[in-house]
Amino acid sequence: MFSGFMIDTWLAASIVAVIAGVIGFFVVLRGSAFAAHAIPQGAFAGAAAADLIGVNPLLGLGVFAAASALGIGWLSRRGRHDVVVALMLVLLLGLGSLFVSWNTQYGPELFALLFGEVLGVNNSQLAPTLLLAVASLLAVGALFRPLLLASAVPEVAAARGLPVRGLEIGFLVVVALATTLTLPVVGALLIFSLMIGPPAAARSITARPVVAIAVSVAISLLTLWISIAVAYLWNLPVGFLVGTLSGLAYVTGRGVTWARRRSVSGGATS
Amino acid sequence: MNPTTMLDHIFQPGFFTSEEVRTALLVGGVVAIISGIVGVFTVLRGQSFAGHSLADIGTTGGSGAFLVNVSPLFGFLVFTLAGAGVMELIGIRRARGRDLATGIVLGVSLGVSALFLYLDTTFDNTSGAAMTVLFGSIFTISPSTLWPVAIFGAVSLVLTALLYRPLLLTGVSADIAASRGAPVRLVGLGFLAALAIAVGLSAIAIGSILSTALLIGPAATAVRLTRRPGVAMLLAGALGLVFVWLGVLLSYDSYDWPPAHHGWPVSFLVVGLFFVTFVVVEIGSASGRSRSRRGARAGVRPVGVDPVEAMGN
Repeated sequence: MFSGFMIDTWLAASIVAVIAGVIGFFVVLRGSAFAAHAIPQGAFAGAAAADLIGVNPLLGLGVFAAASALGIGWLSRRGRHDVVVALMLVLLLGLGSLFVSWNTQYGPELFALLFGEVLGVNNSQLAPTLLLAVASLLAVGALFRPLLLASAVPEVAAARGLPVRGLEIGFLVVVALATTLTLPVVGALLIFSLMIGPPAAARSITARPVVAIAVSVAISLLTLWISIAVAYLWNLPVGFLVGTLSGLAYVTGRGVTWARRRSVSGGATS
Repeated sequence: MNPTTMLDHIFQPGFFTSEEVRTALLVGGVVAIISGIVGVFTVLRGQSFAGHSLADIGTTGGSGAFLVNVSPLFGFLVFTLAGAGVMELIGIRRARGRDLATGIVLGVSLGVSALFLYLDTTFDNTSGAAMTVLFGSIFTISPSTLWPVAIFGAVSLVLTALLYRPLLLTGVSADIAASRGAPVRLVGLGFLAALAIAVGLSAIAIGSILSTALLIGPAATAVRLTRRPGVAMLLAGALGLVFVWLGVLLSYDSYDWPPAHHGWPVSFLVVGLFFVTFVVVEIGSASGRSRSRRGARAGVRPVGVDPVEAMGN
């Protein structure tokens, strides 16, 4: 389990978990779960396009992820964010199905991009993954304070003269960057689970942003590590484990909050 | 070119006699009308994410049904209704809480979907089935799908009609509605159930991409064009119907189009039509709005749906 090619898997998965934990915190705080679902699925169309013209899939992923982020940002100038995300999502999926239909040699590789191939990570993927990971962490670091303010209390941020819309687009581009790097590892559908469950659990446990990000990263690392170990031992799809464990993390987080509130109110009456 | 040969060119030989095309037009048309009507409230209430997620959750149910050999219809309906129930259960009434609740349910459902598809391909070696569940194909619908789609679609429409007034009221302000004694949560749950049935059926019939496209595309455009929800519903239903039929026609014609010469997918064509229309209307109404903002001083009212006023009608 810890030998040979599996080392690359553990390393790549850990990078992905850290990124998902950090960026997911902002996704949950801003209520942009839909965009976090749409951008990876849109990027899938990019992989199909890259496959069609025979270039590196990472390039296709990046271009399409960035295009969907900018498209969502541009079109939602006037509110109704969710409608724009929905239309962008179906447009890109439609393009994906067009590219797949053009491609005469459609293979299981594309299917793997939907659900990921964490057990098949190879050595050459590590360097670009790490590079993109550092880039998106730096971007989040640079935007940290204004992004936090604009996410938690947008009205106050706007009143203080922060470029709320610019921050929104910047954040979507960071999500796109993170998508490009995590997609080949955990797949388009499962990055989403990882970006929602662990951060949501962390947020229900603590209200302090930095602590919440740390807890979120820890839960997300744990989720992915357990998933890989179980998948390896019992030959189950990683996606299934990541999805259900992320959901379980959230339910546990809510349970902890509930128990704490009960014990507090119980202590007050006694 | 004389008119007859031009018509032949548009409606290529076999278009009107083909059984597949007829089924695609019928089922696609019924689904488009139902989705357009339910879609208007989905857009007005800001529940596009839930609408799309229910389609994905439905496909999970579909692949589960493949596995245990029951009718996929059951898989779709059971999963979308259960998904809607759980969303409502963990959803906080604020918009951000709803986003999160939808995300959690969708995330788990995608995980389960990974398991079902894995089991399907392991035991039956049908990775083609997985792709069909995800993307759907309007030309491979069996004609027997029409009746369940029409019947459950009618159920969904009746539910929406019953909830029409309370939905408009709670859409304006949940707080005002609650203070007037409207059962806000029950209305929300009722609408989610209507949405779940409509989306579950359309996802099984035409795939989850087209399902979301038909739910949001026509409604989003219609809501930009008229301020009255009733009119918007009619408009959305009509737009959906026309675009689906146009998509089917174009796809049928596309068999000789480059580069692959085996037809472009209907989903892409329909989605493309909706997207272009939405962007054009959006840009048009944006410039119209800046005009009417200037005109507002001269007494011209801006465009956009105003539910308070609509209720007064």
